[in-house]
Amino acid sequence: MNNLGIICKRELASYFTTPLAYIFIVIFLIMNGVFTFDMGGFYLRGQADLLPFFSFHPWLYLFMVPAIAMGLWADERKTGTIELLMTLPVKLSEAVLGKFLAAWALTGIALLLTFPIWITVNYLGDPDNGVIVAAYLGSWFMAGGFLAIGSCMSASTRNPVIAFILTVSICFLFVVMGSPIVLDAFPQWLPQFVVDAFAAMGFLTHFDSISKGVLDIRDILFFAVFILAWLMASAVVIEIKKAN
Amino acid sequence: MIEINHLTKKFDQFTAVDDLSFTVSEGEVLGFLGPNGAGKSTTMKVITGFLAPTSGSVKIDGYDITTSPIEAKSLIGYLPEGAPSYGDMTTLDFLRFIAEVRGYRGDDIQKRVDHVVREVDLAAVLHQTIDTLSKGFKRRVGLAQAIMHDPKVLILDEPTDGLDPNQKHHVRALIRNLARDKIVVISTHILEEVNAVCTRAIIINRGRIVADGTPAELEARSRLHQAVSIRLTTAYDLAADLRNVPNIDHVEQDKADRLRYTILASGGKPIFQTVSELAQVKEWPVSEFHVNKGQLEDVFRSVTQGAN
Repeated sequence: MNNLGIICKRELASYFTTPLAYIFIVIFLIMNGVFTFDMGGFYLRGQADLLPFFSFHPWLYLFMVPAIAMGLWADERKTGTIELLMTLPVKLSEAVLGKFLAAWALTGIALLLTFPIWITVNYLGDPDNGVIVAAYLGSWFMAGGFLAIGSCMSASTRNPVIAFILTVSICFLFVVMGSPIVLDAFPQWLPQFVVDAFAAMGFLTHFDSISKGVLDIRDILFFAVFILAWLMASAVVIEIKKAN
Repeated sequence: MIEINHLTKKFDQFTAVDDLSFTVSEGEVLGFLGPNGAGKSTTMKVITGFLAPTSGSVKIDGYDITTSPIEAKSLIGYLPEGAPSYGDMTTLDFLRFIAEVRGYRGDDIQKRVDHVVREVDLAAVLHQTIDTLSKGFKRRVGLAQAIMHDPKVLILDEPTDGLDPNQKHHVRALIRNLARDKIVVISTHILEEVNAVCTRAIIINRGRIVADGTPAELEARSRLHQAVSIRLTTAYDLAADLRNVPNIDHVEQDKADRLRYTILASGGKPIFQTVSELAQVKEWPVSEFHVNKGQLEDVFRSVTQGAN
């Protein structure tokens, strides 16, 4: 196993030696249940799909994912282990990516554990399972986008709570960026391509189409590039801030 | 070999390390001394590649820490200040993680971990999480981590800080043991440690080297070097006898013990012979008589407070 794998494995193991992973998974599942059945009207709709389940994910992630991400680097700085990690023969890119992948794997595990709802919908009706798989994939990539922002925010402070608040704020911005509320607030004189660019950065824009089963490679590509960009920003921030 | 060439590290306007140059070769145990805030830890952080130098270079066996960081870091074992480690892991898991990162695979991981566990005596806490360990054990976990890959260069930032005397003794014995074919750099502000383990000492102040030599050479710079300490049985005017005797600077009377005197040599010249002959001739009422080697503490204070 290379350094990337070793770091990822250590991080993931440490989620499960502390209650963090279990709490995250349990709360994630409960909230999903509440959103899907109570607020989403899963039964009332009378349709064999998981749209009410997936459409709440951006809002669920908004608070859940920053909670995992906040400790990624802030804790390393707080306890001084960053000095240990950065003086091991490990590339910064391996450390940044390894930590990110571990956290992303945790959100993936939580997401996979929602499988009873998939069984339920298959029992009740005859859903398009291709659409569901696509939506799961899209949801996971969106969680990755949230996490990558969180990684960068966590790198910028040694206080996990500050990292949490910053991450929630910035994630919120990206979630609503494509929605009319934000776009209408843009002044008239701005060229259209700027407005379009902002609209294209919105998570909802991309996730909506995915959750409806339109798995466009461009949407996945958007999240992949988005994740990479924020991880590169994380590496830069760590490099600058590690001394203090 | 560690080669440090005109190393400077600035934080904004503050210069922590100021044009530092020195080399350390195999077999040397270098004590890195200096008052708090002198730049010891910063220097070590630059040598180990945690911080980038503002200017100048650090080479470990020819590998530049900024241009070939992975090769250089592979040669170094480092115990950062305060011995940080992942507190939620058990000692065993943590050491296995370090062994893996250090490139051990398969059975070699356990073999290597077993070896360092024996070396620093960690068997008792192998399955405890590191957060629950005492300070002494945490420090030893840090040491175990640093020596995991049998590194050529060992950099230890205050390895005995906060340990009890037994643990200190143990860690020093360990360092002496490890030092034979390695380069060891330890930072400390405990001066007794220098005599206990170091073959060379560098004192830095405000980021600059103010003294560099073997512990014996540094002690020779003490004003107490070659001084003769005498304890008398009854009061006697030593100063009168010693006036105008060559090589004798002056006589100091101890403030607490009025019968204890220190005769200081001028320019570190040996005066034992002169003083002992004089004591016999004049029949001083002497109960104790010995020569001072000079004290490192004395030198430390004079070179680091010289400017004040």
